[in-house]
Amino acid sequence: MNFLSRENGLLSWLLTGDHKRIAILYLISITFFFFIGGALAGLIRLELLTPQSDLMASDTYNKVFTMHGIVMIFLFLVPSVPATLGNFFIPMMIGAKDLALPKINLLSWYLYVVGGILVIYTMVAGGVDTGWTFTTPLSTHYVNTNVMSTGMAIFIAGFSSIFTGLNFIVTIHKMRCPGMTWFRLPLFVWANYAASILMVLGTPVLAITIVLVALERKVGIGVFDPTKGGDPLLFQHLFWFYSHPAVYIMILPGMGVISETISTFSRKRVFGYTAVAFSSVAIAVFGFFVWAHHMFIMGISNYSMLVFSLLTMLVAVPSAIKIFNWTFTLYKGSITFETPMLYSFGFMGLFTIGGLTGVFLGTSGTDIHLTETYFIVAHFHFVMVGGMLMAFLAGIHFWWPKMTGRMYPEKISQLAAVVTFIGFNLTFFPQFILGTLGMPRRYAAYPPEFQILNVFSTAGATILGVGYLLPVIYLVWSLKYGEIAGNNPWQATGLEWQTQSPPLTENFVITPIMDHEAYDYDWLENQGVKEVASVG
Amino acid sequence: MNDISPVLWQFLVKWLTNFALYPPEASKIAPQMDALYFFMVLVSLIGLTIVVLLVLAFSVLYRKDRHPHAVQIEGSTLLEATWTIIPLGLFLIMFVWGALIYFRVYTPPANAMNIYIVGKQWMWKAEHPGGQHEINALHIPTGQPVQLTIISQDVFHSFSIPAFRVKREAIPGRYTTVWFEPTTPGTYHLFCTQYCGTDHSQMVGEIVVLSPDDFKKWLASSTSGNSLAQDGERLFASLQCTTCHNANPASRGPVLAGIYGSKVTLSTGEVVTADDAFIRESILFPSQQISQGYAPIMPTFQGQISEEGVIALVEYIKSLDSYNRVRQTTNTTELLPGSERPGPPVQTQPAPQGKVNQ
Repeated sequence: MNFLSRENGLLSWLLTGDHKRIAILYLISITFFFFIGGALAGLIRLELLTPQSDLMASDTYNKVFTMHGIVMIFLFLVPSVPATLGNFFIPMMIGAKDLALPKINLLSWYLYVVGGILVIYTMVAGGVDTGWTFTTPLSTHYVNTNVMSTGMAIFIAGFSSIFTGLNFIVTIHKMRCPGMTWFRLPLFVWANYAASILMVLGTPVLAITIVLVALERKVGIGVFDPTKGGDPLLFQHLFWFYSHPAVYIMILPGMGVISETISTFSRKRVFGYTAVAFSSVAIAVFGFFVWAHHMFIMGISNYSMLVFSLLTMLVAVPSAIKIFNWTFTLYKGSITFETPMLYSFGFMGLFTIGGLTGVFLGTSGTDIHLTETYFIVAHFHFVMVGGMLMAFLAGIHFWWPKMTGRMYPEKISQLAAVVTFIGFNLTFFPQFILGTLGMPRRYAAYPPEFQILNVFSTAGATILGVGYLLPVIYLVWSLKYGEIAGNNPWQATGLEWQTQSPPLTENFVITPIMDHEAYDYDWLENQGVKEVASVG
Repeated sequence: MNDISPVLWQFLVKWLTNFALYPPEASKIAPQMDALYFFMVLVSLIGLTIVVLLVLAFSVLYRKDRHPHAVQIEGSTLLEATWTIIPLGLFLIMFVWGALIYFRVYTPPANAMNIYIVGKQWMWKAEHPGGQHEINALHIPTGQPVQLTIISQDVFHSFSIPAFRVKREAIPGRYTTVWFEPTTPGTYHLFCTQYCGTDHSQMVGEIVVLSPDDFKKWLASSTSGNSLAQDGERLFASLQCTTCHNANPASRGPVLAGIYGSKVTLSTGEVVTADDAFIRESILFPSQQISQGYAPIMPTFQGQISEEGVIALVEYIKSLDSYNRVRQTTNTTELLPGSERPGPPVQTQPAPQGKVNQ
């Protein structure tokens, strides 16, 4: 008996209040949208194989990269780790039966689905070509594509994210089991807590901005319209006030995953636990005050530039702290190289590159040359795909045995991790050089001297595509044919591993009592084979 | 080898012969920006190497079959401080260095020659003070600071010249400026880098850098007959601005001679400088800023004048100011054909002041 087998039938899923079932619903939906977004990325790379815009017209290309951005950001990256792994494991990690607000949790998934359906409607109805940034007055006065339905989709999906964040904050504050103090929380919980604060405080600003764009487009209120005395730069301020913290919403939960995997597979307490925990909070706090670094070339005053550039440097430091702490977690560990660990190593290398190239863009002088080029495309793909997606895959492999009760096949998944790493680098590294050479982003056609680097990039994307398809195949296969995992295949310390796999609907038979620090491997050894709470 | 895959072979040959990691350095600021860029590349490579080497070394030294029992370590305040302070220090160096370059790129020197740039879906228009108009091209001389005053007619665009390492957003309803001093004659890419709709990737052009002599020849061969100020003067007359803006003591509008660059007291008591943006606002949104002592009766010209028209009017009003005329003479006109004539070409026509001061 477990949460999967307890009830059957579609309705038992669609009306569930179980955080684990909702996590599975999310996992299926975001995987679906990831492959839509991925197919669109494939079209982009195919078009860019040649300098001319020959595979599709400029208009189509513009729609394709717009939809790629919207699908990947709002329907995959933002919900990816929090809504699946966070939803599933935060209650288990803190020894709770469920999230604090199970119905809100289900509502959040339904809002996500409505948002997703609206995005699909938008695509079927002819797409939208504003770019995911919706820059006014282009989005309000100049394009005649489906801006309204896209705006509605993001507005609604935004509430799904607000509800998830709210649920996490309440749960982490109120539902920790006895003995689970703040500094005994797994770092995954800290990271999701920090991301939740960003979701709750940042997303409403996005909602307001979308409403203003809609009013401007339909009623012509003129907040952003310079011909009516409005200020088009105001839109950018509002948009980036959400969309910069949004990148931390996307990356922080991924960092949480890495803390878990690095610790587990080196069998060591995370080096500098407090520093890693507080660096998540620091990123969340500073992350709110750097938005105008997206606007250095847009005529903001020299003084604003100084403030925002300086704060950007400060937000880079906590990320560096994390990288070094993970590295030193390996020191004197006892390291094994299962798939989650390989993905984590990939994360560390690629996120380091993504973070350091972010400093190139946060430095105002070099930003002038590099912004709005492929350099910035490469930078955020290193953070979002090299970082976040690697972390997501690390997390999925790491917790797959707990979620399904089955092991994934180790050898082929190690291969997939390596293929992904190679494909990723071949796809996105040439884009740093393209950007430095000056190739603008969002170009359907480009000067012929940029072709060879684009060919490398497209070749890499093909390999990357294989790397992403493999896990889908073998993970589905493992549902039926995978080895039985047992309760704690990795000998990990988290409370989620001290119960059965897949867990009971109530997670624990007896409310666990946390009587040790997080990542206490000595405690685990003394436990022997004894489980805190497990019945068949 | 040619038979195996001619296309791929061609690519590789072409790429290896033209391989570049960064664009040509064709402006004074370019080597300075590249110095910072390569400093950052160096720091990044060192940082990345440290992380990768540590991860590799620990993976070898402490892999399970060699090191079966992990030694638990809490952390180390000293190490935490090290990897907080060293990156912070490096980032702060980059911050200061970058800010110095930023200030330089966006603070034009007083002697720069000004060219207006108007972005619109999907072309760049350049307006030289001598009246030369260009589309998707910009001819400029070496050895002379060039300031661009940029505005957009519709949506956001961005004026990017990678070989000069400069880029500036073209914003609807707002002038932005950037400057550079070209150093190497040649033809370079001009890109629109801010996504602006359907033909964004067609909004490209050529920056043609000429030697000062060639530039004089180009100016002479490309002249439209009228200077920008003269275009503005005609527009000024055809829009009947002189009805109110004249020297008659009873005139309903302020006298415009000498107003450019001066301090204007508004009806609210606020004192503002009459720059390009002020004049543009006054033409398009006259009721927003009323000069003290005048009634708010001026009609708006919003929708009646293109941004190029506004620029011509601004340039005309500038030319009414003797100081600016002198400045322009020393900077631009010496490059113009027939520059041995005293004064700017505007003076070859009936003196523009006459209209206002009659």
